[in-house]
Amino acid sequence: MSTAVDSTADGRPVGTAVGSTAGGHTVSTAEDSTADGRPVGTAVGSTAGPAGPNPSTMVRVRARFAKLGKVRWTSHRDVARMWERALRRAGLPVAYSGGFSPHPLLSFGLALPTGCESTAEYVDVVLDPDRSRTGGDTWWTADPGEEPEDWATRMAAGFPAHLTPLLPGGVDVIAARSVTAGTPSLQQAVTSCTWRIDVPGDPAPLVVAVETALAAGSLLVSRERKGRTEVDDLRPSLLAMRVVPDAAAERATLTVETATRPRGVRPAEIASVLGASFGTACRTHQWIERDGSQEEPVVTRPALGVEMLGCAS
Amino acid sequence: MTSLWPQIEPLLAQVVKPARYIGGELGAQQPVHGAGRVSWLLVYPDTYEIGLPNQGLQILYEILNERGDAAAERAYAPWTDMEAQMRAAGVPLFSLESHLPAGEFHVVAFNLSAELTYTNVLNLIDLAGVPVRVADRSSDHPLVVAGGHCAFNPEPLADVVDAFVLGDGEEVVGEINEVVAAWQAAGTGDRSRLLRALSRVPGVYVPWCYEVAYDEGRLVAVTPRFPDTPDRVEKRVVADLGAWPYPRNQLVPLIEVVHDRLNVEVFRGCTRGCRFCQAGMITRPVRERPAEQVADMVRDGLARTGYDEVALTSLSTADFSGIEHTVAQIVDDPRSNGQVSVSLPSLRVDAFTVGLAAEIQKVRRTGLTFAPEGGTWRMRRVINKLIREEDLYSAVESAFSQGWRRVKLYFLIGLPTETDEDVLGIVEMARTCVDIGRRYHRGVTVTASVGGFVPKPHTPFQWFGQDTAEELRRKVVLLRDAASRVRGLTLRWHDPKASVAEGIVSRGDRRIGAVVEHVWRAGGTFQEWSEHFDLSLWENALAACGLDVHDVVHRDRTEGETLPWDHLSAGLHRDFLWQDWVDALAEAPVEDCRWTPCYDCGACTGIGVEHVVASAAAPAGGSQGTGQDLSTGGAVPVRFLETPPVAVP
Repeated sequence: MSTAVDSTADGRPVGTAVGSTAGGHTVSTAEDSTADGRPVGTAVGSTAGPAGPNPSTMVRVRARFAKLGKVRWTSHRDVARMWERALRRAGLPVAYSGGFSPHPLLSFGLALPTGCESTAEYVDVVLDPDRSRTGGDTWWTADPGEEPEDWATRMAAGFPAHLTPLLPGGVDVIAARSVTAGTPSLQQAVTSCTWRIDVPGDPAPLVVAVETALAAGSLLVSRERKGRTEVDDLRPSLLAMRVVPDAAAERATLTVETATRPRGVRPAEIASVLGASFGTACRTHQWIERDGSQEEPVVTRPALGVEMLGCAS
Repeated sequence: MTSLWPQIEPLLAQVVKPARYIGGELGAQQPVHGAGRVSWLLVYPDTYEIGLPNQGLQILYEILNERGDAAAERAYAPWTDMEAQMRAAGVPLFSLESHLPAGEFHVVAFNLSAELTYTNVLNLIDLAGVPVRVADRSSDHPLVVAGGHCAFNPEPLADVVDAFVLGDGEEVVGEINEVVAAWQAAGTGDRSRLLRALSRVPGVYVPWCYEVAYDEGRLVAVTPRFPDTPDRVEKRVVADLGAWPYPRNQLVPLIEVVHDRLNVEVFRGCTRGCRFCQAGMITRPVRERPAEQVADMVRDGLARTGYDEVALTSLSTADFSGIEHTVAQIVDDPRSNGQVSVSLPSLRVDAFTVGLAAEIQKVRRTGLTFAPEGGTWRMRRVINKLIREEDLYSAVESAFSQGWRRVKLYFLIGLPTETDEDVLGIVEMARTCVDIGRRYHRGVTVTASVGGFVPKPHTPFQWFGQDTAEELRRKVVLLRDAASRVRGLTLRWHDPKASVAEGIVSRGDRRIGAVVEHVWRAGGTFQEWSEHFDLSLWENALAACGLDVHDVVHRDRTEGETLPWDHLSAGLHRDFLWQDWVDALAEAPVEDCRWTPCYDCGACTGIGVEHVVASAAAPAGGSQGTGQDLSTGGAVPVRFLETPPVAVP
């Protein structure tokens, strides 16, 4: 602990207590390598080190999960680590990358800002069918003669019931399906998402602010990034906004559809554009555009209870 | 008790790392409070990331929650941004499990692992809405207790903490719970009765029961105020670690913390006899956990937590009997699919250890760390860290030849009898390591990390006058100039000013309590953190209390002088410590008594506990820090050059 106050040879202070007491402890998560949208694993494939798995024999399960309640205060990186641990606890034969620092092949979609809830988070998990009979008698053990595709379908079906108990409270697996090789990654495929935001206070000014914002040609916001002030126009990313006022309760529900390109929009930014103070924001949908129509990465029927899970908003 | 969560949650959007305050870890308990249960709030007085992994706190958390008459929750120090929000909103310190107000618990228990957290202890008591001084508390306030290594000199917190625990807490925590429960049942509400009853529990020190006398500015006596108060408090020792396989359900946090992995304690105590090391002195004797139990705890722990890394913890894990077998069992377990890594903190310096590391780090060979501590053989004999240069160089050669590219070396400066030659020996050793590495790789880096030595109570160096900040700074400059000429060597050092502040508290008597309070009132919290540490706060506080930094920190103590912890025992005879100090000055070493005859330090004989070591022989390879050449028969001590005894100051 006394290493907290530390200096380097040139006299600069080194980090804070966490950095130095941790003894250089760093954690890399799947998020690190998915930041550029490439599937995890290929990013380190070109460097030396033990070879990774053969991508052509791997199968992929795409799971939809919720993040509700206290756990919403954890970060996107934290959620990635929760998944890694849950998959290891389950003993599932997750494929690992090659290289000197192998990591499980998980790939998450859009980052959810810390503090927001969601009923529409996604993760792609790469599984290795070659190890599908290594666990003895478990739910995920492949039957003799079971084809990898069939095994993957069965795995996806088992995700909600088997993984939800292994994830922290509030992180619930809602549904999963297997996706075929060559399916674009979540980062590439998702083009928009829908938010439901609780806005406390008199709804009248909010209704006016939303109308004004939608009529505007541009909505400039500035943010500090690496010491520089960057100005962005949010208007192209705001696809739709709708207010459902509840004047009696002195609050309103704001529904917003945002595009992921040219860049994603955080609820806090929408709040600043509207001059409003938001309660809890909940991402309710992520959308993939296909043949001119929208669909969700994992289609869930209302009967599965997604709507009933309910965000705090 | 009512949950504060509705008041807490609105604050979270305003602070960094809000998940520090939500709880919900795997392994967190949801204790039932109510009649017939003593409620405990276990507090680590630093941030969540630093405090959560603390094994001592987790062990007591489980033991208390397994009892039918107790309920335990946890709290950590809120970071400064959260504290500001809490104070502005009138939210007191709260527990993480049920978000209950700290002031409503029956017992608030602090883990004291580092002296510079003391100002946080005061701040947290205050944030709980509890008076910071024992004298100002009433029967409505929680009992404030503390344990951990720093409790072996509790005097700087004597006016703040109601009762301290010395030594292992596994057994005594239940005894304290029973005393508190009985006091509650009696219903007198008389706090002094509770304190007196606690003072009769072996291993518990209640400062309020003792009177302190000074003469001419020096402490001269600490004496009991009551006939049933013991003159001297002996530490508690768990004789059989195998009887306490805790934590059974190690907490798995939702956010990144330090030591974020499964931790399994393989033994407690150390008899290497390094004279600067307080942990090695106060935790004697050595008690190994049975190897089968270690294997079970690792296997179950990995399956339960989902971690892919396990640390086998102790003060020198390579000394664990049968360590090779234990490690192989973990690495070769088919369930781990080759993805579980094992870390061995506190690596010994020899080739055997590197071979062990090679076994377990088949893929991630990034860096290895060794701690020779002293730059010359002479220096290492003074501190009894008997690593020969060939031990270090063969370890380093072994590391570089097996693929490692980075080696980190830990050293201390400001040690007793240290000369500039000893200081510069650090760079010489590091330079040789770089040269060895160059034979294998072009891009090797050797980092020498240098800390300023702070003498600690219950060690042979407790009489030593600590180097001043100026002297440490001068030695750092010497090192920096020498290191700048060595390509591939990076030098890091601790802030000498922080060593001084640590020194003020480490060996302080009861008067230092006012200094700690002064620093806290001046805003000096999180003094462990470079961005908050400020020596001028401490200097101002000393001046305000009429104390002199030379007298408190930099002065050699004399043999007859009353030390502030003389009425507390870590088992070690004062005579043994003094003899070891005299031996140190004479550069005379002492062997590891695990494998050589007893020299009666007092740790075993005084307490009636023995070493629990499965192997009767020292493990293979190197001189093992015993000063013995084990490759040539094992039992032949190295001959040391005769050095005339140095006059003791």
